Amino acid sequence: MGEFILKMPDVGEGVAEAELVEWHVKPGDPVREDMVLAAVMTDKATVEIPSPVSGKVLWLGAEVGDTVAVKAPLVRIETAGEAGEPPPDSVPEALAEAVLEEPLAAAPAPAPQPKREEVLRPKPEQAAPKPAPTPREARDLSKKPLASPAVRLRAKDSGIDLRQVIGTGPAGRITHEDLDLFISRGAEPVPAQIGLVRKTAVEEIKITGLRRRIAEKMSLSTSRIPHITYVEEVDMTALEDLRATMNRDRKPEQPKLTVLPFLMRALIKTVAEQPGVNATFDDHAGIIHRHAAVHIGIATQTPAGLTVPVVRHAEARTIWDCAAELNRLAEAARTGTATRDELTGSTITISSLGALGGIASTPVINHPEVAIVGVNKMATRPVWDGTQFVPRKIMNLSSSFDHRVIDGWDAAVFVQRLKTLLETPALIFVEG
Amino acid sequence: MKEISCKLLVLGAGPGGYVCAIRAGQLGVDTVIVEKGKAGGTCLNVGCIPSKALIHAADEFHKLRVAASGKSPLGLSLNAPAIDLKRTVAWKDGIVGRLNGGVTGLLKKAGVKAVVGEARFVDGKTVDVETEIGLQRIRAEAVVIATGSAPVELPDLPFGGNVISSTEALALTQVPETLAVIGGGYIGLELGTAFAKLGSKVTVLEAMDRILPQYDADISRPVMKRLGELGIEVYTRTAAKRLAADRRGLLAEENGRPFEVPAERVLVTVGRRPVTEGWGLEEIDLDRSGRFIRIDDQCRTSMRGIYAIGDVTGEPMLAHRAMAQGEMVAEIVAGQKRSWDKRCIPAVCFTDPEIVSAGLSPEEARATGIEVKIGQFPFQANGRAMTTLAEDGFVRIVARADNHLVLGIHAVGHGVSELSATFALAIEMGARLEDIAGTIHAHPTQSEAFQEAAFKGMGHALHI
Repeated sequence: MGEFILKMPDVGEGVAEAELVEWHVKPGDPVREDMVLAAVMTDKATVEIPSPVSGKVLWLGAEVGDTVAVKAPLVRIETAGEAGEPPPDSVPEALAEAVLEEPLAAAPAPAPQPKREEVLRPKPEQAAPKPAPTPREARDLSKKPLASPAVRLRAKDSGIDLRQVIGTGPAGRITHEDLDLFISRGAEPVPAQIGLVRKTAVEEIKITGLRRRIAEKMSLSTSRIPHITYVEEVDMTALEDLRATMNRDRKPEQPKLTVLPFLMRALIKTVAEQPGVNATFDDHAGIIHRHAAVHIGIATQTPAGLTVPVVRHAEARTIWDCAAELNRLAEAARTGTATRDELTGSTITISSLGALGGIASTPVINHPEVAIVGVNKMATRPVWDGTQFVPRKIMNLSSSFDHRVIDGWDAAVFVQRLKTLLETPALIFVEG
Repeated sequence: MKEISCKLLVLGAGPGGYVCAIRAGQLGVDTVIVEKGKAGGTCLNVGCIPSKALIHAADEFHKLRVAASGKSPLGLSLNAPAIDLKRTVAWKDGIVGRLNGGVTGLLKKAGVKAVVGEARFVDGKTVDVETEIGLQRIRAEAVVIATGSAPVELPDLPFGGNVISSTEALALTQVPETLAVIGGGYIGLELGTAFAKLGSKVTVLEAMDRILPQYDADISRPVMKRLGELGIEVYTRTAAKRLAADRRGLLAEENGRPFEVPAERVLVTVGRRPVTEGWGLEEIDLDRSGRFIRIDDQCRTSMRGIYAIGDVTGEPMLAHRAMAQGEMVAEIVAGQKRSWDKRCIPAVCFTDPEIVSAGLSPEEARATGIEVKIGQFPFQANGRAMTTLAEDGFVRIVARADNHLVLGIHAVGHGVSELSATFALAIEMGARLEDIAGTIHAHPTQSEAFQEAAFKGMGHALHI
C-alpha cells in the first residue's frame, strides 16, 4: 500500500492561494482516477481538482471556506501501488497549451521541484496512460484559447473571456457546450441547494420607441460630457412653512404649490447671476450658447419612460404660473399628448423623484445643456443648533455639471447660492 | 466648399477599404469611401488579379511550347505556337474592368457613398477631397486609413524607361527578349517565371544568400529546380548597380565581381513600402511602428476614432489580411465587440510550383520551445499528382509532439494554392493530427497528401 499526497495545484498565473469551495469526497471514500475531489475558487475562475490516482481518501487538508496556499497538501489518498510523489517527467496534455509560448529551456528545470504542470495533473506511474485526458483547469490567462472561430465570436458577443472557460474538447479545445455551461453557471459555482434550481432562461427585449431614444440620449450625454456631481444639504424648514401658508391662503383658481415651483424661481434667480450654467454647449463647433431665456426641463416619469417637458420662459412666469404650467405639462407628458415643442429646447433641467428621491443621486445632464439639478427626498432630521437638537426638514440637492465648461468652483458657488435662496425663501421673491 | 458628414469615412478603396465600407454599409453605418484611382486597389488593378491572369496565360503558352518541342510526355504535338501579348493584356484588362465595376456596384448596393479624388486630413475628424468638381470637405465620427502600399524604388535605378515595377510589367504589350529581375522574393519570381514561360531570357538577382528567404530550404527547393528547368539564371548575394551605358544591360556585382546582365527591361521587385505620405498624415501625427502606422488588436491608431488597416499597418502585406481587418473595423464602428483573434494568415506564392503557408514553420515552432512532430508527404506518392504531371513538392504538417495540435501547414506543389483554405481552416478550428487523419479526403485528389501528412505525423502513413 502506498500513500499519495495531492498538493494544491497552481491554478493560474500569479495565483498564490485559492479558496476551497467544495469537497466532493470525505475521508474513507473510495476514489477513482479523474474523479473530482474538490473545487477551488480563485479571483479568476473556479477550478475542479480531479484525483490523479485511484484509492481511498485518508485525510482532507482543509475545510470549505479555507484559503489554501498553492502546493500545500490538500488530500492524502491510500493507493494500491508504491508511495511517492508524481514522477517529474511527462508533461500532461491538460496544460499543454500553456507551454505554447514558454520555451522549455526557460522553465524551472531542477528535478526535485516538479514543474507546475505536473503538479496540476500528476501522472503517477501506476496510472494508466490516456490518449486525451479531459482538462479540468482554467487555462493560463496569457495564452490564446483553443476554440473555433464560431465559438470565439459567440464568446466575444457574450462578453466572455474564453481564457476563463474550461475546454473539454481534444487538446483542451473549447466547444459550444463548454461555453453553454460557462454561461449558464457564470464564473462562480452555485452549490446545489434543496428546493432551489438554476434558471438559465434569458428574455430578449428589443429596445424600441421612447426607450430607444432614452438609451441613445443617455449614451450621448454620458459619453460626451464629463460629469461633475455636487451634493449639498438644504434646510427646507422655512420654505416648507411658507409653502404651507401660501397653499392655505391661495385663491381658488391658483394651483397647489409643490417644492418644484419654488426651486424653479430660485433657479431663475441663480442663473441670472451665473449665466454660464443656463447654457447649451455645441461641442462640435466649440461654442457655448448662453441663454437669456430660462427654459426649464422637468424630468418626468411616464408609463413609457422618461420624458422632459419644458416650462418655456420660466423667467417670465410667477410662481403660480410656473406651478400651473408644470401641472399642465406633466399631465400632457403622462397622457402622451405633449407636442414636440413642449418636449424640446430646455436650457437647464430639474430632475426630481419626489418621495423616491433617495439621499443622493448622480443626475445625467440633458445634452447639450451643461447643468442639471437633482432633487432628493426631504426628511425631518435632528440638527444641532448649538444648544440642542431640533427637528428640521432637510433635503439634498444632487447637481451635475459639464466639467468641460464649468469648473468645480463655479458649480459649488451655484449650488451654494441656490441653497441660500431655498433656506431663506423670502430672498426668492425680493426683486433686484 | 461642399461639406458632408458621415459616421464612417474610409480612405482608400483597396481590398481592406472596400470590404470595410461594404460591411459598414450592411450594418447600417452611414459610410463614405474616398479613392483617387479605381476601386480595388493594388490587388485588383496592379497586383494579385492581373498577375494571376498573366501567370495563367504564360502557363498555357508554355504548355503549348513544350508540346511543340516534341517533349510532351502526354504525346501531344503541334506547330510552333505564338502569343499576341496585346490581346493577352486586353483580356486581363477586361477581367480587371469587370471586377472594378463589381466592387463599385457592391459599394452602391451596400449604400456606401463613393467619392473620387485625393483625400487630405485637415484634422482627426475632417478630410478634404480634391475632386473633379472641386474641393469636398468630409466630416466623420470614425476614419479608417487604408492607403495601402507602393513598390520600393532603388536610388540608382529609378522607375522609368527600361526600369519597371510590377505595375508596368503587367501592362507590357511585347515580351521583352531579356529581362533582369532585381529581388528574388515572391513578386519577382512569379513575374520572372511568367516572362520566362512567355519566351524572355530571365535573370534573377537576389542580395540575400537564397531566393524566397522567408521560406525554409525544403520549401524553396522545388521552385529553385523549376527555375533552372525554365532557363532562368539566379544570382544570389548579388547587388544590382545601374544600367549599362547602352541601356541594354544591367551592371551587377557578385561577391565583388562585376558583371553585366543582358536586360531589355529591368524589373525591380525589392519590396513594398506603406503609403504614408501625400494625404496629410503629418496633420494628425499618428504613432508609427517603423515605417508603418501603429495599430492595436482592434486596428485603432494612437488617435481616438482613427483606425488603420491593410498594408499601411505592416506585414504581411496581403489582401486577405486587409479584408479581415476591414470587416472587423466596420463591425467595431457599428458597435460590436470585436478584436483581432485570428490564429493564422495563410500566404500563397504563385510561383511554379506554388507555395502555401499557414501557421508556424518547424523552425518557428521549435524556436518557441515547443517539441514538435512533423509529418511530410510527397506528391510523388499521390495518384492525382502523377496523372497531372504535378509530382514536385509535398505537404508538411507541424504539430505539437504532446497533444498533436496542428501549429503550421506548408505545401509546395502544382495547384496547392487551393489547399490554403483547408490548411487555414484546420488551424483556426484548432485541429489535431487525428482530426485531419480522421477526415475522409476524396480520392483521387492532391488533398489526400494532406491527410497522409497527418498520418505520417502520427507515425503511420499509408501510401509511403
